[in-house]
Amino acid sequence: MAKSDAEVKVLGTWASPFVMRVRIALNIKSVAYEFLQERLWEGKSELLLKSNPVHRKVPVLIHGDDTICESLIIVQYIDEVWPSAPILPSDPHERATARFWAAYLDDKWFPSLRAIGMAEGEDVRKAAIGQVEEGLMLLEEAFGKCSQGQAFFGKDQIGYLDITFGCFLGWLRVTEKMSGIKLLNEINTPALLKWANRFCNDAAVKDLMPETEKLAEFAKMLRGRVRATPTS
Amino acid sequence: MAESNVKVLGTWASPFVMRVKIALHLKSVRYEDVEEDLLAPKSELLLKSNPVYKKIPVFFHAHNPICESLIILQYIDEVWTTSASTILPSDPYERSQSRFWAAYVDDKFFPALRRLVIGATEEDKKAALAEVVEGTVVLEGAFGELSKGKAFFGGDNIGFVDIALGSLLGWIEVIGKQCETKLVSEAKTPRLVQWADCFSAHEAVKDVLPDVDKLADFGLKLRAKILKALAPTN
Repeated sequence: MAKSDAEVKVLGTWASPFVMRVRIALNIKSVAYEFLQERLWEGKSELLLKSNPVHRKVPVLIHGDDTICESLIIVQYIDEVWPSAPILPSDPHERATARFWAAYLDDKWFPSLRAIGMAEGEDVRKAAIGQVEEGLMLLEEAFGKCSQGQAFFGKDQIGYLDITFGCFLGWLRVTEKMSGIKLLNEINTPALLKWANRFCNDAAVKDLMPETEKLAEFAKMLRGRVRATPTS
Repeated sequence: MAESNVKVLGTWASPFVMRVKIALHLKSVRYEDVEEDLLAPKSELLLKSNPVYKKIPVFFHAHNPICESLIILQYIDEVWTTSASTILPSDPYERSQSRFWAAYVDDKFFPALRRLVIGATEEDKKAALAEVVEGTVVLEGAFGELSKGKAFFGGDNIGFVDIALGSLLGWIEVIGKQCETKLVSEAKTPRLVQWADCFSAHEAVKDVLPDVDKLADFGLKLRAKILKALAPTN
């Protein structure tokens, strides 16, 4: 049996943007998989702890006897095992650019988005919003360069950077709703605003993008639990 | 003579820059070495070619700048494919394992090492030391899995994880001396100790290994600069 025919499982949660990346990648490749829902607020499952002992986080991809962790590493793995409908560009320089912005999103941009929701004090909140907006302007410019006039960062199809960034749209919309600020807007990020709609309507994405209302409720519940947890 | 338009903007002391140079040596690619002085204000070239992070290394190939050392390594591996040396393995699962452990070095191990240097209190440093030592034990385990009995994480030859971790060995030694501890110890991580010797002696590595005393001296100056930048202003 070819490796690509072995059973595929995804361990994750509906609310996690990182898990969504993996599921979109599998959808793009038309690969069937079993989704194992973790209930993280009830404690981590045996399977999670066993398959990701280093980080104990979702997503985890289980492919036959192999487990792969870290969403962007999983997406690249999926792209390499199932080479049809490529996710990463073929040109090495374009690949490096896609990887650069994906790392920026994970290491700088998303933490600053989360910081808005967790900010205690108006000054801290304003600073966090400023950082997110600054990041979005950089990404607007990157979109112009990567898309070369086409619909997506990946040009005519959704690709690595679309998936990396697009999966944060749910949480971006929740943050907009809770802060009352349109972070993606006509004035500063007109191209990204249109791209966001196209991304969410893509066939590989639309059944996976959580509803903003549902996600906002979930965020409130999470925040309640975090605040209730006693700290030493 | 350097291959046309291949340049590395960096410094002798940076492990991240060292990674790029090792990769180029493995691929037998000649390059122009442009030194950035970390103790001076950032150069025009740096600010222009890496406006997002303003950090070294920056790799130039055919006038295009590429930033972030692990991304540069993958780029080099994908461009210079005729070389017998590959940096990432060819099997997708093994590639994912290499990426995972290199990310672990950068996202978990290196930050702990950094906290050990700039930790404000004795307690902070103690906690950071425990994390670093735990990290070495985890990496010892990873070495066992990835090397499959051979000399390197990459097997017979150095690869992605070897370069990611090996480039930190100079600093690990300097920081260890400051803490009066062997951070990579015979007792806890005997395989890593052996691996470190093999890595340091490798053809592609030995000419870019920094002198430990010179690094220690530089480290003191850099630490002072970092602490000054982190100090609260009135």
